[in-house]
Amino acid sequence: MNSMTLTVDKVAKEFNRRSIFRDVSFSLSQGQSLAITGRNGSGKSTLIKVIAGLLSATRGTVAYTVDGNSLNVEDLRYHIGLVSPYLQLYDEFSGSENLELLSKIRSDLGSDSKRIQEVLEAVGLWERRSDYVRTYSSGMKQRLKYAFAVLHRPSLLLLDEPTSNLDQNGITMVAQVVAEQNRSGILIVATNDADEAAWCSSSIELGLP
Amino acid sequence: MSQFSSTYALIRKDVHSELRTRYALNALLMFVVTAVATILFALRSDQPTSSVLSGLYWVVVFFTAMSGLSRTFVSEEERGTTMTLQLIASPSTVYFAKLLFNTALTFSMTIAVTILYMTVFSNSFVIKTFSIFAGTVILGSLGFAAASTIIAAIVAKANTRGTLYPVLSFPILIVLLMTVMGATTKALDGEEFATALPDFQILIGYFLAMTGGSYLLFEYVWKD
Ligand SMILES: Nc1ncnc2c1ncn2[C@@H]1O[C@H](COP(=O)(O)OP(=O)(O)OP(=O)(O)O)[C@@H](O)[C@H]1O
Ligand SMILES: [Mg+2]
Repeated sequence: MNSMTLTVDKVAKEFNRRSIFRDVSFSLSQGQSLAITGRNGSGKSTLIKVIAGLLSATRGTVAYTVDGNSLNVEDLRYHIGLVSPYLQLYDEFSGSENLELLSKIRSDLGSDSKRIQEVLEAVGLWERRSDYVRTYSSGMKQRLKYAFAVLHRPSLLLLDEPTSNLDQNGITMVAQVVAEQNRSGILIVATNDADEAAWCSSSIELGLP
Repeated sequence: MSQFSSTYALIRKDVHSELRTRYALNALLMFVVTAVATILFALRSDQPTSSVLSGLYWVVVFFTAMSGLSRTFVSEEERGTTMTLQLIASPSTVYFAKLLFNTALTFSMTIAVTILYMTVFSNSFVIKTFSIFAGTVILGSLGFAAASTIIAAIVAKANTRGTLYPVLSFPILIVLLMTVMGATTKALDGEEFATALPDFQILIGYFLAMTGGSYLLFEYVWKD
């Protein structure tokens, strides 16, 4: 298991000159976790995207290290997992096909068929693994996103709206994933729910005047 | 090494996805058949010259390619899988996978249009210098695929999807169209292979410049 650190330094984001947030700074290392809270539109998802390297920050820096060496953004994909409403899987493939083809595109070598079975069982989709994702319910799709996010055992796990569409059993499953990540890596959760924020050892609130 | 296997895996995904959904294939087929049928009725009684025929040939290829390939990135965007790809693959992986997939699609479509033309216009569409024709089709497909891949990427991020595509593509593709039409006319007229060498030079230069430029531009287009 790699030991990772994440340092966010004075990060600001603007869309068309409109400031969404500024001067966001924190740093996390293995075993630490952070809840990002704030009202709707305060920039939680935007900050998650900046941390995941999907958006660039207008100002400030986001830096990662793995085992003491600074990590190239190009290699970030091997160390990061993301569950979020704006990250979809392929409708025309089955659950297990999705995991297989996505891990091949990422070319992470650890994700063999045994690992795929393991994560599909963990999210309760093993019985439905051969059905097209098109035929999944929204809760099942959310579960599959978890399988995809943890497939390569990422050191950094980002959860945006972690329990949307999930039933009680699904929420328990998320709590297990969270507990596991809190032991083995870094966890960041963007949420408006106080119970979910309580999973994390620290928190920041965006959108304060 | 991992760059190659990622690119290969992404192409495989696109091929499987295409075979299941037939997004592009259906659009392509519809276009080819209606266009060729229309041309056939229009030219019913005339004996078109070789330059008219090669012009009409590439018009069909051009519009078919545009209608099929314009969906390359829009389909990812619409399904919300753009970010998934951004998360797991480098921009160059995505670019080359889409370029190769589009090249294969354009090339097979060109073959299909050729066969259709040879059947429908069996008297007038006779390829006399096969080497020129083969070279033109291969280099032309590469050029079309290179140009339409980057345009498709730009359009997927623009808000005015459909309308922008032909407008953007016309100035970029006009050089290519003129060249392939000229070379095809030479193939139909049975000219020597050597006479088409200047055209091939333009086509190769076009492909290299377009691919190189797109490669540099793609990262900015792809990641907002
Ligand atoms: N691509 C974009 N272009 C322009 N503005 C954007 C873009 N994406 C987000 N915004 C704006 O940035 C602000 C923050 O959006 P964001 O999605 O990060 O909020 P959020 O905190 O996740 O909200 P929610 O609780 O509803 O999920 C919003 O005002 C939104 O309109
Ligand atoms: Mg959000």
